Amino acid sequence: METNRKKKLISQVNIFRSVIILLAISIVASILSPSFLSANNFFNVIRQITVAGIIGCGMTFVILTGGIDLSVGSILGLASVLSAGTLAATGNTLLAILVAIGVGLLCGMVNGVLVARYEIPPFIATLGMMTLLRGCVLVYTKGSPISIKEDSYKIIGKGSIIGIPIPIIILVVVYVIGHYILTQTTFGRSVYAIGGNREAARLSGISTKTSEWAVYAINGLLCGVAAVILTARLGSAQSTSGQGIEMDAIAAVILGGTSLSGGTGFVLPTVIGAMIMGIIDNILTLMNVNPHATNIVKGIVILIAVLVDKKVKDLSAKAEE
Amino acid sequence: MGQDLVLQLESIVKVFPGVRALDGVRLDVIPGEIHALCGENGAGKSTLMKIISGAQSYTSGKMLVEGEEVVFHSTKDAEQKGIAMIYQEFNLVSDLTVAENIYLGRWPKSNFGKVDWDKMYKDAQEDLEKLGLKFSSRTKVKNLSVAECQMVEIAKCLTIGAKVIIMDEPTAALTDEEIRVLFEIIEDLKEQGIAILYISHRMDEIFEISDRLTVFRDGKYIATKNIEDTNYDDVVSMMVGQSITDLYPEREYKQKDIALQVKNLTSRTVNNLSFDLHQGEILGIAGLLGSGNIELAKVLSGALPMKEGEVYINGNLTDCSTPIKASRGGIGFVTDDRKQEGLVLVRDVKENVSLSSLRSLSKGIRLDKKLEMERVNKQVDQLNIKISNVQQEVKNLSGGNQQKVVFAKVLETNPDILILAEPTRGVDVGAKAEIYSIMNELTNEGKSIIIITSDLPELIGMSDRIITMKDGEIVMTAMKVDTDEEEILAYASGGVE
Repeated sequence: METNRKKKLISQVNIFRSVIILLAISIVASILSPSFLSANNFFNVIRQITVAGIIGCGMTFVILTGGIDLSVGSILGLASVLSAGTLAATGNTLLAILVAIGVGLLCGMVNGVLVARYEIPPFIATLGMMTLLRGCVLVYTKGSPISIKEDSYKIIGKGSIIGIPIPIIILVVVYVIGHYILTQTTFGRSVYAIGGNREAARLSGISTKTSEWAVYAINGLLCGVAAVILTARLGSAQSTSGQGIEMDAIAAVILGGTSLSGGTGFVLPTVIGAMIMGIIDNILTLMNVNPHATNIVKGIVILIAVLVDKKVKDLSAKAEE
Repeated sequence: MGQDLVLQLESIVKVFPGVRALDGVRLDVIPGEIHALCGENGAGKSTLMKIISGAQSYTSGKMLVEGEEVVFHSTKDAEQKGIAMIYQEFNLVSDLTVAENIYLGRWPKSNFGKVDWDKMYKDAQEDLEKLGLKFSSRTKVKNLSVAECQMVEIAKCLTIGAKVIIMDEPTAALTDEEIRVLFEIIEDLKEQGIAILYISHRMDEIFEISDRLTVFRDGKYIATKNIEDTNYDDVVSMMVGQSITDLYPEREYKQKDIALQVKNLTSRTVNNLSFDLHQGEILGIAGLLGSGNIELAKVLSGALPMKEGEVYINGNLTDCSTPIKASRGGIGFVTDDRKQEGLVLVRDVKENVSLSSLRSLSKGIRLDKKLEMERVNKQVDQLNIKISNVQQEVKNLSGGNQQKVVFAKVLETNPDILILAEPTRGVDVGAKAEIYSIMNELTNEGKSIIIITSDLPELIGMSDRIITMKDGEIVMTAMKVDTDEEEILAYASGGVE
């Protein structure tokens, strides 16, 4: 009986681990700075994490198949500058948005072909794409930013509907769809099966290559969506846009409890993982900590989370025995 | 007494989630004896070997090496006490040389901690010569034959000063000639006072070389006997217990229409093979490792490519070039390696059972979870899969229940033809009998079954007709009633031309 209860407790801790970390960090944050708990600041935090959060959603799918995508930052950068360039040339907001999403999707599809069709290890394939696409960004912009003049474009990053910032609405929509796809569709099942045991999935009649390809394509598409939000919020497209975002996205996925070896995890906790990263950023800013030091704290939090994760897994393995 | 034994195990118990793999097992090993371990698949032999070699821990019990109680936390611990194991799939690094493999992790050092390569190659060459081996210690392992790899493993055991060497099915992939050489070396080791724990399914070998044998059944110790005090029938009846007669269901079989026709099938190892399978028939395909019988199953199920040939199902030419196409054509395949190829271990029973039939469970892209639940529960009931709920992770189930999950998955695709490769490997006797009766029911419903198994009693017990393969070709076809184990083995091993 005793071990049974222990087992149950451990599995509960496992499921809600990201929530527990989030609460703990929020409590610490509210003690350190009273202004942390204001509604204004809350929206601020969520607005800050929309870009990493949306990419984290796609990244969760990729990691669930046992893959990784390092090129998300460069895809975001390229989608951003081409979108801004289109807007500057045509003044057509809708076209500019479609260009961003289209470019993202296309780059993701190329990643998918490299990984699924040519069986290049995801780390290598997307590392290559990361460098290549960043090069494209620099060639296209010659290193200088492209500013956005149309308010109809900027509103996506800065406007709100009934008091809720538009980026947050997009974030919520992305996660609802992502959760639905993962838990309610046959494609979602394929994603889990591929990450859990690719050969068994293939022999069971799952189109492993198509599904794997689709996962990278979705991730690319979401990079395009994130690019629109980032560009609109900043009011310009920078050649450095999105640099390092892959690490934030991957960290969010890991903090959300998705296994890097694939096969187990969910989409929704990733947004909580992204919030944890966002709150750390936020509280350090509120406390006027040297911005260069934020990465130190973030790194420590990630390592602690992974260590705790390993400990909990060891414990539950012991409880099973 | 305890002082005279090189290895002694007392009341060893090993519990896995949901199954008691070893239940109070004992074992005595005398220096310089060849001690055979006998037992069916799932009897607990491999678990016991892993425990002795330090690869696995045990739940309770006691292990003594030369009278001193030991607890191994790793295979390295066991090696330090002089216990080494040679696995069926060797533990060699194929891109390194023979000498590097023999001294892996124990490289001879010269000054400043530099590896003394000259000494290593010289020593390794001497090690090989001691075993009467002719090849150079500078050969890369990937260029060696299976038998030569085995010799390298033995050389490695000797350099670590092994007092007990465990050999798991050492002759499985060897030719008769190579087996002779191996036996000579084993005799030699025996002279040097090294004890050999010998595991083999080949009874004749056991009687040829061993001094004593210990029989296990269902994780329990049955008996230890001197080889001269026992005989073949005695050992077999100890291995299977009393239930052998009712293990296999009565089968009534009349040859009906052809369900599957294979014409001139050629693949990497299968050579221009043709045969028929009739409705409601269980066709056994026998063959040793490398005979191509498992590969044949994989080609028919679309897992491996077919070079040439035609497959007709109920008279229609069927494309089985991919698992999806083969499944649509009506072929269901239960793999011989459920952990690598059959199951997604980290997912639950429900997801595993419905994995092959997701298409029929979906409306558009949406998965009908209610229908899924109904169908999965029905399979769980029909196959008597023992779980507390369908959300249980598959990796925590016993071998028998895991195998039933694979069966359920395949049956969900409603195949006309079932190809079963080693369907009861690592499955306990109770679940075995259940799997046999499921097979019987399926053929009564008009389905046809091909069974490929290295377990000859099972092959003969279940099949209506038996094909024996050797080197990718059919060397014998017979009705079950017209043949026996000896004849099949003789054909399979090339004893009959």
